[in-house]
Amino acid sequence: MSTVSALAKQRTPVRPARILLHVFLAGCALAWLAPLLWAMYAAMRPYAETSAKGYVSWPDELSLDNFTNAFEQSDMLHYFGNTLLIAVPAVLLTLFLSSMVAFYVSRFDFRVNLFLLLVFTAGNLLPQQVIITPLYRLYLLIDLPGITMSGKLYDSALGLVLIHVAFQSGFCAFVLANYMRSLPHELTEAALVDGASVWRLYWQIVLPLCKPAMAALATLLSIWIYNDFFWALVLISTGENMPITSALNNLSGQYFTDPNLVAAGALLTAIPTLIVYFVLQRQFVSGLTLGANKG
Amino acid sequence: MTVTAKTGTGTGATSTPGTAAVPPPGHPDNVTSGQAERLRAPLGHRRLLTRRDRLTLGLMAGVPTILHVLLVWLTALASIALAFTTWDGIGFDAIKWVGLQNFRELFTSNPQFWPAVEHNVTWFVVLILIPTPLGLFLAVQLDKNIRFSKVYQTAFFLPVVLSMAVIGFVWQLVYNPDTGLINSLIGANKPGHYIDWIGDPDLNLWSVLIAASWRHTGYMMILYLAGLKGVDPALREASSLDGANEWQTFKNVIFPTLRPTNTVVLVVTIIEALRAFDLVFVFNKGAEGTELLSILVTNNIIGESSRIGYGSAIAVVLLVISLAVIIPYLIATFRKERRA
Repeated sequence: MSTVSALAKQRTPVRPARILLHVFLAGCALAWLAPLLWAMYAAMRPYAETSAKGYVSWPDELSLDNFTNAFEQSDMLHYFGNTLLIAVPAVLLTLFLSSMVAFYVSRFDFRVNLFLLLVFTAGNLLPQQVIITPLYRLYLLIDLPGITMSGKLYDSALGLVLIHVAFQSGFCAFVLANYMRSLPHELTEAALVDGASVWRLYWQIVLPLCKPAMAALATLLSIWIYNDFFWALVLISTGENMPITSALNNLSGQYFTDPNLVAAGALLTAIPTLIVYFVLQRQFVSGLTLGANKG
Repeated sequence: MTVTAKTGTGTGATSTPGTAAVPPPGHPDNVTSGQAERLRAPLGHRRLLTRRDRLTLGLMAGVPTILHVLLVWLTALASIALAFTTWDGIGFDAIKWVGLQNFRELFTSNPQFWPAVEHNVTWFVVLILIPTPLGLFLAVQLDKNIRFSKVYQTAFFLPVVLSMAVIGFVWQLVYNPDTGLINSLIGANKPGHYIDWIGDPDLNLWSVLIAASWRHTGYMMILYLAGLKGVDPALREASSLDGANEWQTFKNVIFPTLRPTNTVVLVVTIIEALRAFDLVFVFNKGAEGTELLSILVTNNIIGESSRIGYGSAIAVVLLVISLAVIIPYLIATFRKERRA
């Protein structure tokens, strides 16, 4: 508390340099928001008006009609549902599996640990296109009659969940292993001597202590998986099965006839990530830097 | 801390008596597990593990590893194998070994390959020269504990939260020759005066790169802000006591301490440049002027032509470049961690 008030006191003298800095930062911030504000403005105007008066013009009327139209015409709720069906299991599974790996490599001193962690971390850094061709073939090969709608791993939510989990667990295992390493060894040591099983150590002692890191990763993963474009583009063939961000690409050609409607559709797609970000800003930023600070 | 201690004892009290602290007797690798070389705390665990614990641990590490290795590393290896073959994707007996033919064709006669490499390099150079220093500059300014810092931060960081697909659509509204913001403002939206930001092969790469830089700046800013938080305030104080001005302090004191962050930033930027895909795909599907290696690979799958060997050869080029960055970085990172 004392440092905060001290800093607040430091702030009070208004120097010209400070004002200049504020002007500069405010200008930059506005420039940064400009494309989004522009999209917002375009989305709030009817097509007829903009085509008659041009896009850079004063509005006669502003409304949210484009948003409701885009939402209804393109059956967006359905695509949001697809995303939910992919993202929720993918985030939970990724956290579960990567925390187990992290527990294994950080709390025990097996010889493979370092190598294992290297394999996971390096895998996450690979560009997705490096693996897509064989993956695509593999997904076409695997028959899952009755389990997925398509009867294959290809063109199914399950297929997307699996690749998200496999890919993202690299990053999460790295971050969680670092985190778990910072927990005092006496904790698990004592429990182990008392006869607790390895599973108990993981589930009842280590995992609850990892809550802050898990929350940060969950936020990050939700946004990443929600925003995925590439996997769905290649591994889903039926437009109906696509998650929202990839579906948008199809929708803009199929349903939307005017740019104002496209703008509204794109902005609608961004709303869930914006909500997650604004509500969980701290977790999101700390998640990004959890992995980066360790370098 | 008290909570954790309670959990610890609670676990001990209620655990099944049968598994209590009985080391599997006479297990060879318990005795000779290399205690001589490494006397680290976790080593003691091994002696306490029951057979069931070992099984549990095996499963805990094994299941995720199998999934990861199968879907990521085995497919990467398969890419390498397929790069030396031709295959139309129908039936395994159609796979033909052709040696280096795909690579030869790629390097000598594919008109899109070298431009794609060049564009990937340009992508990296632009990202490291413009948004990265800008992100650092903004981070340094926002680190001064000024008013509205959070508001500015949010404005710069917002693009990082959006999907590349959405960013692509938003920037199309800016670039559209007829209805876009730029042409409308400069009066280039009339027939005969059009500036086609997305269609012109001399312009479109730069247009996409502006959108990519728009996003990258916020990302870099956050990484540097985190790095700056780790700088010891005493350093700053000492520097100002020595009479250094703001720029001197930054150049001689703060920036050198940001070395770990700089490494991360460099690696992240290279990886982003190699991964670049979504934005270009939404813009113009990587048509003339914006080819990228990632786009060429993808075109072999979702395009009409299914030339799997050829696409894999491009993927291998991408893989080799990526690993050349990833492996040294990870080795350095992990070595540091071991020492710590």
